[in-house]
Amino acid sequence: MGLDIRWPIGLMFTLIGVLLTGYGTVNRAGSLTHAGGSDLNINLWWGIVLLVFGVLMLFGAARGKKTPPAA
Amino acid sequence: MQPIHLAWVDYTVLLAYVAFVVGIGWTLARYMKTSSDFLTSARSIPTWVTGLAFISANLGALELVGMAASGAKYGIATAHFYWVGAIPAMVFLAVFMMPFYYGSKARSVPEYLQMRFNKPVMGLNAIGFAIMTVFASGISMNALAKLLNQLLGWNYHFALFVCSGVVLVYVLKGGLTSAIYTEVLQFFMIVLGFAPVVYLGLKDVGGWSAMTDKLHAVAQNPMALDLNTKAFAPDAWTSAWKPLLGGSSANPMGVDVFAIVFGLGFVLSFGYWCTNFLVVQRAMAAKNMTAARNTPIVAAIPKMLFPALVILPGMLAVALTALPDKNYRIPPPIIAPENYNKAVDVIKNTNPPNPATEIKDVSDALGQKVNADKITALITANAASKMTDDQIKNGVYMSVAAYDYDSVIFSLVKKYCPAGLLGLALTALLASFMSGMAGNVTAFNTVWTYNLYQAFFVPDKSDEHYFWMGKLITVVGIGLSILCAYFARQYNNAMDIIQLVFGFVNAPVFATFLLGMFWKRTTSIGAFFGLLGGIVSSTLFHAVTFAHGNLPGVKGGYLGMKIGFPSEMAQNFWLAAFAFTVCFVLTLVLSLATSRTKSDEQLKGLVYSLTPKIVEHNVPVWQRPAVVGTVLLIGCIILNLIFW
Repeated sequence: MGLDIRWPIGLMFTLIGVLLTGYGTVNRAGSLTHAGGSDLNINLWWGIVLLVFGVLMLFGAARGKKTPPAA
Repeated sequence: MQPIHLAWVDYTVLLAYVAFVVGIGWTLARYMKTSSDFLTSARSIPTWVTGLAFISANLGALELVGMAASGAKYGIATAHFYWVGAIPAMVFLAVFMMPFYYGSKARSVPEYLQMRFNKPVMGLNAIGFAIMTVFASGISMNALAKLLNQLLGWNYHFALFVCSGVVLVYVLKGGLTSAIYTEVLQFFMIVLGFAPVVYLGLKDVGGWSAMTDKLHAVAQNPMALDLNTKAFAPDAWTSAWKPLLGGSSANPMGVDVFAIVFGLGFVLSFGYWCTNFLVVQRAMAAKNMTAARNTPIVAAIPKMLFPALVILPGMLAVALTALPDKNYRIPPPIIAPENYNKAVDVIKNTNPPNPATEIKDVSDALGQKVNADKITALITANAASKMTDDQIKNGVYMSVAAYDYDSVIFSLVKKYCPAGLLGLALTALLASFMSGMAGNVTAFNTVWTYNLYQAFFVPDKSDEHYFWMGKLITVVGIGLSILCAYFARQYNNAMDIIQLVFGFVNAPVFATFLLGMFWKRTTSIGAFFGLLGGIVSSTLFHAVTFAHGNLPGVKGGYLGMKIGFPSEMAQNFWLAAFAFTVCFVLTLVLSLATSRTKSDEQLKGLVYSLTPKIVEHNVPVWQRPAVVGTVLLIGCIILNLIFW
């Protein structure tokens, strides 16, 4: 109905992905999680995952625009 | 557990989410021209969207919190709610029932009953549903506001009103479409917000086998952790079926196979998934019949995999609690800080150390049972080298022998999430709450406007009038939910009361739909009195049954403790089975005793034998509900075998 939901979803996760990746890069110490021995910069890694997901959603939305859905 | 403090990055994630859901509502406002646009989305939404909204509306905060709690209490057997309960019901809905809901052009589930039978039957269902859904909303809101208050220190009223306010804005602006679209966004938020926590928990415990090994040890001696009062076979937490087959005393749930398969698997699950307008509304908003039938199928795919996201955390929490070097435990019930201080004083000031009296004194100070061994160890450690107050307090905290299972999911979030990821997980929790609440509000406003207001009170007005009423009742509905939230907050038993009402109303209703859709001989009188009889009989059943360990009252047995069950869950499942059977038999008998008021022609499209079979020649095989549904059922069987 007039709005391809992939746009807001893609945009939101791209933004949050950028935010977490940025924070994870700048504040490495504060982004560590101590699970099972080795420390992991979870903000960086998961931020990248979210970013990729968001971008994929945006691609899907952009493709959808080219082939307008059947009425 | 001390309140968690949020950093700026956490608030930013939260605000971004709020901005987007409100923005979606705002963008859609211009498309809301008629009451049909607002209340039913005018049947325009693609399958993948309705499918994910279907599952998201169901995935409320209570489900997330509750499933983790059950995972801790009962282990993998909790998956029965999904693999025995939900999936078969969703497939049945898709293949057999959606053709009638969608094909009849009914605007709601109760409206189908009006077309099939008459207004009184519809009214009975509509009233029951409206009351249930407002209460469900309120309970969920109260649980969330309490959680935010306990865990983040937010003011209860603030949390309640702000969260409801956000939902109100985007539903009022964009109607059902807004609710559906935001539910899809919320689905991804929930999955992406909690998946890292589960991954980290699994990594911390040492992997799947390490967890199951630990759970095997726990199952044989749960008393050591004060998790249960009796021991079970090693696989009690890790095997879904074998402990059941051993009978109700062989598993922590306290149920037997019949109760699970018939009570939960058939009656309760089909009663919910096949007749609850909260979820069915999303399927009815689909753009065509194939899309409508495929909506529950699409929803069933992630549903099948959700145990990994929602149940696994509970099992991880148990394993972590049992590992002494993790410094983790399933949180105890909330204890006031002053009581902790008093307990610390007992340990510090009892000279010479005297474990025998100190254990009792600590327990009295806290108002909770404590683990004797842990207190003794703490006393010894403190005597050996003076510990700080905080260290003693932590030791006391770790020794409380009572559990608040509802805190499990958030305790894991607190343990593993640094700032940043914390904001994401918190937003996921809020998203789950909002998706559940929006679902309740949109179902409520449709049923009220069309099936109560228009049908009984003010018929024959213009569409603008009903559009206006739809908007008004959205505001009123949220207001009523807030009142219910305060009611639930006031009375500890509120949750139990609501479960009760649900049981009474939900359990029999599936019998009515089953007979209505598949037997043309069912009459309106049969349906009405059968449903009424089902509701009444379940209240009577509840009044004379009890679960071992419970006193008469809200939990049953107040007219006499005639029949006992090993656990509340068992009592609920048997109540459902009983109510369903009474409704079924009564409807059948009364229908045979009364004459039909509708001809075959009038029932075309409403009853299985009088409706032309759906032709699927143009539909590719992989989009046919029966085909994919069968694949999903096979998948369920495989999952059941894997976790046998």
